Amino acid sequence: MIESFSNGQEGVQHSVTDQGTAARHAEYWRRNIRLLGALLMVWFVVSYLCGIVFAEALNAFTLPFSNFPLGFWFAQQGAIYVFVILIFVYVKLMNDLDQEFDVDEGEGA
Amino acid sequence: MSVQTWTFLLVAASFALYIGIAVWSRASSTKDFYVAGGGVSPLANGMATAADWMSAASFISMAGLISFMGYDGSVYLMGWTGGYVLLALLLAPYLRKYGAFTVPDFVGDRYYSQLARIVAVVCAIFVSFTYVAGQMRGVGIVFGRFLEVDVNVGVGIGMAIVFFYAVLGGMKGITYTQVAQYCVLIFAFMVPAIFLSLMITGTPIPQFGLGGVDQASGMPLLERLNGLHQELGFGPYTSGTKSTLDVFFITAALMVGTAGLPHVIIRFYTVPRVRDARISVGWALLFISLLYTTAPAVAVFARTNLINSVQDVPYSSVPEWFTKWEDTGLISFDDANGDGRIQYVGPESPLTNELTVDRDIMVLANPEIANLPAWVIGLVAAGGLAAALSTAAGLLLVISSAVSHDLLKRSLMPEITEKQELMAARIAAGVAVFVAGYFGMNPPGFVAQVVAFAFGLAASSFFPAIILGIFSKRTTREGAILGMVSGITFTAAYIVYFNFVNPGANSADNWWFGISPEGIGTLGMLLNFTVTMVVSRMTDEPPEEVQTLVDSIRVPRGAGEAHEFSM
Repeated sequence: MIESFSNGQEGVQHSVTDQGTAARHAEYWRRNIRLLGALLMVWFVVSYLCGIVFAEALNAFTLPFSNFPLGFWFAQQGAIYVFVILIFVYVKLMNDLDQEFDVDEGEGA
Repeated sequence: MSVQTWTFLLVAASFALYIGIAVWSRASSTKDFYVAGGGVSPLANGMATAADWMSAASFISMAGLISFMGYDGSVYLMGWTGGYVLLALLLAPYLRKYGAFTVPDFVGDRYYSQLARIVAVVCAIFVSFTYVAGQMRGVGIVFGRFLEVDVNVGVGIGMAIVFFYAVLGGMKGITYTQVAQYCVLIFAFMVPAIFLSLMITGTPIPQFGLGGVDQASGMPLLERLNGLHQELGFGPYTSGTKSTLDVFFITAALMVGTAGLPHVIIRFYTVPRVRDARISVGWALLFISLLYTTAPAVAVFARTNLINSVQDVPYSSVPEWFTKWEDTGLISFDDANGDGRIQYVGPESPLTNELTVDRDIMVLANPEIANLPAWVIGLVAAGGLAAALSTAAGLLLVISSAVSHDLLKRSLMPEITEKQELMAARIAAGVAVFVAGYFGMNPPGFVAQVVAFAFGLAASSFFPAIILGIFSKRTTREGAILGMVSGITFTAAYIVYFNFVNPGANSADNWWFGISPEGIGTLGMLLNFTVTMVVSRMTDEPPEEVQTLVDSIRVPRGAGEAHEFSM
């Protein structure tokens, strides 16, 4: 379904009807929101749940191969590592999504 | 060579570098001045953002704060990094696609209203000024302590340097100096951290050393520190004393505030494409996290070192650094029981505490406490200056563009030419440098407090307006303006009441739901979201062209293929 809108090359794109473009953009936006939701869920879990709400409970455990109390580790180290990874994952998935829906900015530069 | 000679050499060398870069990257158009021509590479922008973001507070104060707060210090670590996830996912790519010069630019256009633009300008100037005064103060302290010049002279030298590259080069000059400043500050932060980690835990990587074994006692380091804390009557280091709800709210206010700070947001206008904006937030956070994951390790090393080197030591045989810092008044000893020894104990101890240590000196004094070589101490001074100057420059640019672009060009005098606008931007930056310097020399007593609250104010004003402007087409002018005004008024009123009107009542018993003034911005943000959404449903939907604008922001293609990388 989506394929039929996005198979056009640069030049062909202009011939796609406005309505078709609008529908394709709407679907692109829906997929974007779904991706954001999933990533923000991870963001919330590592910081607010593991690092704050359940930190004291998790302190009963130790991070494997170290002497960190687990809740303390999430709050002062782990959450930050996950944040960095999350952004790079987002960049990769979003760039792929742009291409799939033919809304990317081309190679260039 | 002595510590002072090293400090002088390293500071002078770093300043010469910044000036050289400023001369090389002069701004010739308003586009150069506001967004560095829009052609900065994502990696360079990531580094510049990291330096822009990490201020004197991050470099000088944060590790010290954590050192004294233990687990509770996590609010800063998570709060000041987690905001970048929000920035990457919810703001940066869309604002880059829109392609404005400033934050009020976007707010004014999206909400088809001059009033919204003015509200945003006022918020931007207020937030930035409170911040910049703190930076100038940091510059003064570093000069005063390490080069033994008067604090005011130190602030004056800092002003001259910033004036030179911010006024001459605008965003272009600032960006490339910030890249250099990031390198200086991260090197200066890591070197002592690696030395300390080796000395205390035997591993060169501080992040691993923190979870490693204390070589002196053979016990896990954190367990050893918890033990010391218990002995001396402090609470355990790895558990907090703040309520969970308050930690939750403070963390959220700092995260959202970070994502709403104008000097951070405008950095993402400087890259050529939407996908460059996305990846440069990733680089920025990677560079920031290097310091932010090291800081908690430095905090623990410093804490352990401090306790070991002063607790129960006779006052007559304290190390040299102790006396030096005593001269500045940042460390003080009061022999309450007259035994001539230093008792450093916590609130749960039967003894009386006799030592007061200002948390700001932990990073600066750390190399001396650990007996590191003289050049390391000089390096820390140069790093502290790099952190303070880079942030000050970024903030000054927000102030100058708010005046010349948002206020003059877009509101009061739309007929001025580009040349006149560029001149106005330079004059505004110059004036802002002097005002910031004045506050640095004569700090109003409340500056430090206000800086911490700037996050709450940014969280409760800008963030919802920008997010809803992108993610909800139905959001109207009336909704956004009422939302911003109610969010920032509520937050400011709560903060002002508990800190200035009735400071006596500033305790958990009187706070609403036990939320401290530091965390109230989160509630203000929720209020802003609610007001904006409700009012938007009750007013006429935004005009057709604004809805089209939102549609175009949501799709990356067409962001500006004309740009080229200049680096």
